[in-house]
Amino acid sequence: MPNQPLGYTIEEGDDSMVVRLTGDIDGSGAAVFREITEATQGPVILDFTAVGFINSSGIALIVGFLAATRAVHQPVSACGLTSHYRHIFEITRLSDFMDIYDDETAALAVSR
Amino acid sequence: MRERLFGRNGALMAIFTRSMKENQPAAPSTEALADSSIEIPAGDALEAVLLDAGGPVDLSENRVDSPAARSLRESGVELVVPLISRGELIGTLNLGHRRSDQPYSTDDRRLLTDLSSQVAPAIRVAQLVHEQQAAASERERIEQELQVASLIQQTLLPKELPDVPGWEIDAFYRPARAVGGDFYDCLALPDGRLGLVIGDVTDKGVPAALVMATCRSTLRAAVERSDDPGVVLADVNEVLVPEIPARMFVTCLYMILDPDSGKVTFANAGHNLPYVRTSSGVIELRATGMPLGLMPGSDYEVHTAMIEPGDIVLLSSDGIVEAHNPSGEMYGFARMIGRIGAIAPDGDLIDDLVTDLDSYAGFEAEQEDDVTLVSVRRLSSARDAARAFVDEPEVLASFSVPSVLGNEREVMDRMTAGLGKLLPQEQLLRLQTAVVETAMNAIEHGNRGDPELLVDVEVKRYRRRLEVAVTDHGGPRGEIDAETPDIEAKLAGDQSPRGWGLFLIEQMVDEMETTAHGDDFTVTLTMRLKGGA
Repeated sequence: MPNQPLGYTIEEGDDSMVVRLTGDIDGSGAAVFREITEATQGPVILDFTAVGFINSSGIALIVGFLAATRAVHQPVSACGLTSHYRHIFEITRLSDFMDIYDDETAALAVSR
Repeated sequence: MRERLFGRNGALMAIFTRSMKENQPAAPSTEALADSSIEIPAGDALEAVLLDAGGPVDLSENRVDSPAARSLRESGVELVVPLISRGELIGTLNLGHRRSDQPYSTDDRRLLTDLSSQVAPAIRVAQLVHEQQAAASERERIEQELQVASLIQQTLLPKELPDVPGWEIDAFYRPARAVGGDFYDCLALPDGRLGLVIGDVTDKGVPAALVMATCRSTLRAAVERSDDPGVVLADVNEVLVPEIPARMFVTCLYMILDPDSGKVTFANAGHNLPYVRTSSGVIELRATGMPLGLMPGSDYEVHTAMIEPGDIVLLSSDGIVEAHNPSGEMYGFARMIGRIGAIAPDGDLIDDLVTDLDSYAGFEAEQEDDVTLVSVRRLSSARDAARAFVDEPEVLASFSVPSVLGNEREVMDRMTAGLGKLLPQEQLLRLQTAVVETAMNAIEHGNRGDPELLVDVEVKRYRRRLEVAVTDHGGPRGEIDAETPDIEAKLAGDQSPRGWGLFLIEQMVDEMETTAHGDDFTVTLTMRLKGGA
């Protein structure tokens, strides 16, 4: 499957902002993550349901995003990861710094 | 936790914080009465009084009677100021009689109430930090112990199995996370015969690994003194009985194989029985005897059997038959015997059993106990015999891509197409991640993004493993940044957020090896195949 460029939509909820990511997270998504960093405030839920592929450069972007949000005390959680990427979030210990939920409903229930 | 303070009125004052875990006893104190740390156990009548009081409780006025209240009064405590955090009594501030002999004034009490409201949250935070530190160091200790146990065990297992003409000997060992005490051994005896050992030490971790090590060396020594399996086990038993820690023992089966005749001679110390797949069905090789290390003077029956061409002997530990599926049912002997009986004449029994076990227990489930299997097959023909020693790989894919970033995805797709349905989904995804990272390294670092230089990929399937070799031609490369990525340092900005590639590759595959020849640099990724051949 060819590379699907990274895209996103943001939905502002009452208690948190849901960022729905689409496509692939690799090095070419750097600009998109900068936009997301600027566009969000308060608690953020990253929804990976429509993400097909993440590589090490993508992991680096997520780490960078997490570093930026932590600097301004913005909690970040994640949902919609496949078991493969959930495993990768665990071994990289990303999961120690963001709560991981099965889906958006579960993530929203906790953020409330 | 105990701090001694002197109140401004000269009263002896002490802060006591409660142990947050109910089963943690109060530290015994040998110090003077007023200093003794007094636990207020959960449910003590004084606890309710303190929680309701909203301020200091004067034990000389309040008539509450309970073991804790009595102890406090006996120690000379007059005023108890509760320290409450989130509705929980986390400690008390205990004051003795005022040195001026004046009663505590309303002002004193107000001051103490204010003080307690500020002290309580601070103490709670300190307690939480302390608990977390304790839990973290406990986790670290367990982790280290597991590593030691696993190291002992893996160092002592045979590195390779002997090549015996006319026979195919295979072994599989997969430790549980907690490292059980399984072991197996293969000994070349002086007369050309072969000694096969399988055993299981009760208990887990370092104690089991140490007993396993003792048992293994004792057995190797006993084998040199006697060629009677019963005498060997009896000898080992005599050595182990006085040495082994209480409540531990070892089950062990020792079998001598004569490769020329196919005769096996064996004795058993309480271990699972071997099974033989014969042309007329699966038979058990029965032999009984007490586990090793339990009681002195144990006798071990010796039995013999003939292994015919085409037969397969299976030695196993109980890790397989006692594995559970997600509904809690055991794998069991019946299922194992069924698989042994159904294996094709040239089928791979160990792969078949491991694949079946994994699908039974669930690929994601944590393995409860070590799984050890040793199979001994008597080959039925010269063709079989030839096949056994040549592991000629089948090339599943071989291609090259120009060094343009993005082509790593093409590498992944073409490798995946070559694999077909060879790997289970989770294993395939891991290999894909590893191959993408390896190809990216070859494109970016190896060939430095020069589109004139190609990245060559070869996917080879061996009997038990899959190899993906990724070669670049960029010449000697600079130092590979081998820094282990540390997420804390990355989040704090002390390390670049990048640098996950090599880490991911190592975590995703069973083995990673690099070789350099002139300008060629090859990374070979290996995935062990669990499926049957």
